[in-house]
Amino acid sequence: MRAGDDAVFEDEEIVLTGRKILLGNEAIACGLLESACTMATSYPGTPASEILGTLVEMKSEIPREVHLEWSINEKVAFEVALANSFTGRRSVTIMKQVGLNVAADPLMSAAYTGVTGGFVVISADDPGPQSSQTEQDSRFMAMLAKIPVLDPSSPLEARKMAKEAFLLSEKYEIPVMLRPTIRVCHGRQDMEVEGFPFPKDQAAFQKNPGRWAATPEFRFMLHGLLNKKLEEISEDMHHRPGMINAELMADHFPQTLTGENEVCIVTSGVVAAHVQEIMADLQLLDKVPLYQVSMPFPLSSAFRDELLGRYDRILVLEETYPVMELQFRNGEKVFGRHTGTVPPSGELLPEILGDILTDFLHLDAPSKRAPSVLPVRRPTLCAGCPHRSAFYAIRKVFPEGIYPGDMGCYTLGLNLGAVDTVLCMGASISQASGFYHAFKSQKTDAPSICAAVGDSTFFHAGIPALINAVVQGARFVLVILDNRTTAITGHQPTPTFGKTLDGMEVSKVSIPDLVRACGVQFVETEDPYALESFMKSLKRAHDHTLGARGGVAVVIAQRPCLMDRLHADSWNRMEIQVTEECTGCHLCVTTFECPAIVPQGEQGPVRIDQALCSGCGVCLDICPHGGFETI
Amino acid sequence: MQQIIVSGVGGQGVLFITRLLAETALKLNHSLLISETHGMAQRGGIVISHLKIFSRHSSPGFTSPLIRPQHADILLGLHPESIQAHGFYLTKGGTAYCNSIEETNGAFFIDATTIAVELASPLSANLVLLGYASTGKKLFCAPGHLMDTLVQLGGKNLPISLRAFEAGKKEGELFFGGIAPSKK
Repeated sequence: MRAGDDAVFEDEEIVLTGRKILLGNEAIACGLLESACTMATSYPGTPASEILGTLVEMKSEIPREVHLEWSINEKVAFEVALANSFTGRRSVTIMKQVGLNVAADPLMSAAYTGVTGGFVVISADDPGPQSSQTEQDSRFMAMLAKIPVLDPSSPLEARKMAKEAFLLSEKYEIPVMLRPTIRVCHGRQDMEVEGFPFPKDQAAFQKNPGRWAATPEFRFMLHGLLNKKLEEISEDMHHRPGMINAELMADHFPQTLTGENEVCIVTSGVVAAHVQEIMADLQLLDKVPLYQVSMPFPLSSAFRDELLGRYDRILVLEETYPVMELQFRNGEKVFGRHTGTVPPSGELLPEILGDILTDFLHLDAPSKRAPSVLPVRRPTLCAGCPHRSAFYAIRKVFPEGIYPGDMGCYTLGLNLGAVDTVLCMGASISQASGFYHAFKSQKTDAPSICAAVGDSTFFHAGIPALINAVVQGARFVLVILDNRTTAITGHQPTPTFGKTLDGMEVSKVSIPDLVRACGVQFVETEDPYALESFMKSLKRAHDHTLGARGGVAVVIAQRPCLMDRLHADSWNRMEIQVTEECTGCHLCVTTFECPAIVPQGEQGPVRIDQALCSGCGVCLDICPHGGFETI
Repeated sequence: MQQIIVSGVGGQGVLFITRLLAETALKLNHSLLISETHGMAQRGGIVISHLKIFSRHSSPGFTSPLIRPQHADILLGLHPESIQAHGFYLTKGGTAYCNSIEETNGAFFIDATTIAVELASPLSANLVLLGYASTGKKLFCAPGHLMDTLVQLGGKNLPISLRAFEAGKKEGELFFGGIAPSKK
């Protein structure tokens, strides 16, 4: 996300030739173009967002024939790109790991049908997790789907693997996953960049219902074919793992370390990069063989057999789940998560790997673990964020309510006490429905339910949930926080935008019309900056949920994101100052949490941080003492 | 070889300072690896960049994008809390420069925010700090190298950026040149 951070560079065009410092995601975009990929589809999500984002920014350098789209969700993105592959053209679909859950249905099926044009699924993982609801390992999804997965250790390698993925996909007519982790996606590295070839694949669709529209009987045959492909891929010498330190080991190999039996280390992904550097520091690179597996599934069977034959102890280091470890199918020689040698959750930071290595190799080395640091600051909604006033109003109108929340910047409504649950995309609406049915028999003390969902999330997964709530007779208030963009991931457009990435005019999808079409009888659109009328609208919505013919009531809180350059002047910027009426009660700090309002001492008057203040003026309505005024 | 941590609060320009240093390293024919914070933490949470600079042609260089605790040569703290949050990355004998009104754990400090506000450009505090730190003779490059990169990157805010950098540099020259009283 680029919010506010790169203001100096806002007019800069990306020109990719010569030696450049590329973000991992930019390097992947570069690898896609070098492969003459003809279509890229994606739904934004950290840490994957900048891959399609880079292609969009480079639009002027890419032939017009290349189709790019921010799709409505990952399932749709997957299916659009897959059809392009069915016509023999190279295609990629890009998402974060939890997005792949949404696309799991087409993924499983596409593995059976196979592909014709090279088809690459990029699923970016988030060990930690730093910006996700799980730290699941996409490589297990590849294993479940029975497709190969490549696991890059650096931005440069990710770029090379993007090209290898297309070749592998076309050789075996199978979808191939590229699985970078957050440290690769958001790492930067210097590398040489040349020009890009012109895509020349013409679309040609060979009808073949037995494959593209297979019935269960044919599916059984396709499954057999898939198993055969996998077996061949696991024997493909081109993807046999190599020893990183083969040259250094050549003079010494085989030898024993400290007189004990032979050991080796098997790694993949960025863990390989960490381990290589740590071993160099510990002067182990000429003593212990270190293997990097670029294709963790299917693990090369010859490689597995060779290692199990040669070594007595094999340490497997990988993120985040034991994908290679399980494929070794050996509980005696192999060490990793099943032996408790490697922690079962969390990112494998270099300091953690250092400790694992020294323990495993029985070395004497001081622990370099980071001290546990208290979290100093928590993330918060930006100053002037329209979500803040919407959440403030929700808390005021429904003080004892249940607040099902959703995925986006507005998850930070947590800080304002206005978000009680965050599960996955679109779940605010279905969970509000579930809460309603759970409490509906308690006529007297049933809590009010007020869910909040962002505009992009509503389009992504909220619509079926809303229709379901309506037709199941649920009653709750739904606030759609419509800031006209997908803010958290860097302001990608939503279906209300009315233009394709090519700049072609298309229909603008109206959220109020869509909500009415879902069967909702109460729909109002309000400006959350106008706090009083917004709160009145929430009360009318609540009344509707209690009425004789009531149901779901929707209030659309409409105001553009302040950080979105498309709406740079969407508000009247007021100059705010603190008056002498400020009592130092700090209600504005504790209940409104605007980062531009700074407390001074325990009871002192607050101060406005003019560098942060957006001049939205909502604080004028928050303070009960008249502590703020416009200059 | 140099390992640099840049720490601050989302929106302060941690990514920008990292990029400025990285582009400078590239111009000086070094290779580099960076790890950045994106996503939700950028909404006002504490963010950190790891920058590792090494010779392009001699091995061993770095392979990991992350700096290990007690391995950083330089810590640039754009926020007073940076030292408390990320001081553990510094190696023994490493140097910390911090935007702060008071000393924290032996870091060299400068009130970059006030200087930036005086220049009517509060968001340029990051460049004031970098200008100050560049005169400490510990960074892999000289102040002039960084200014060349700023000019080369251009942008409409260039005059303000240069003024902020020069203001910090001036403070640093007075202090590290031994003219101003020691703050450490």
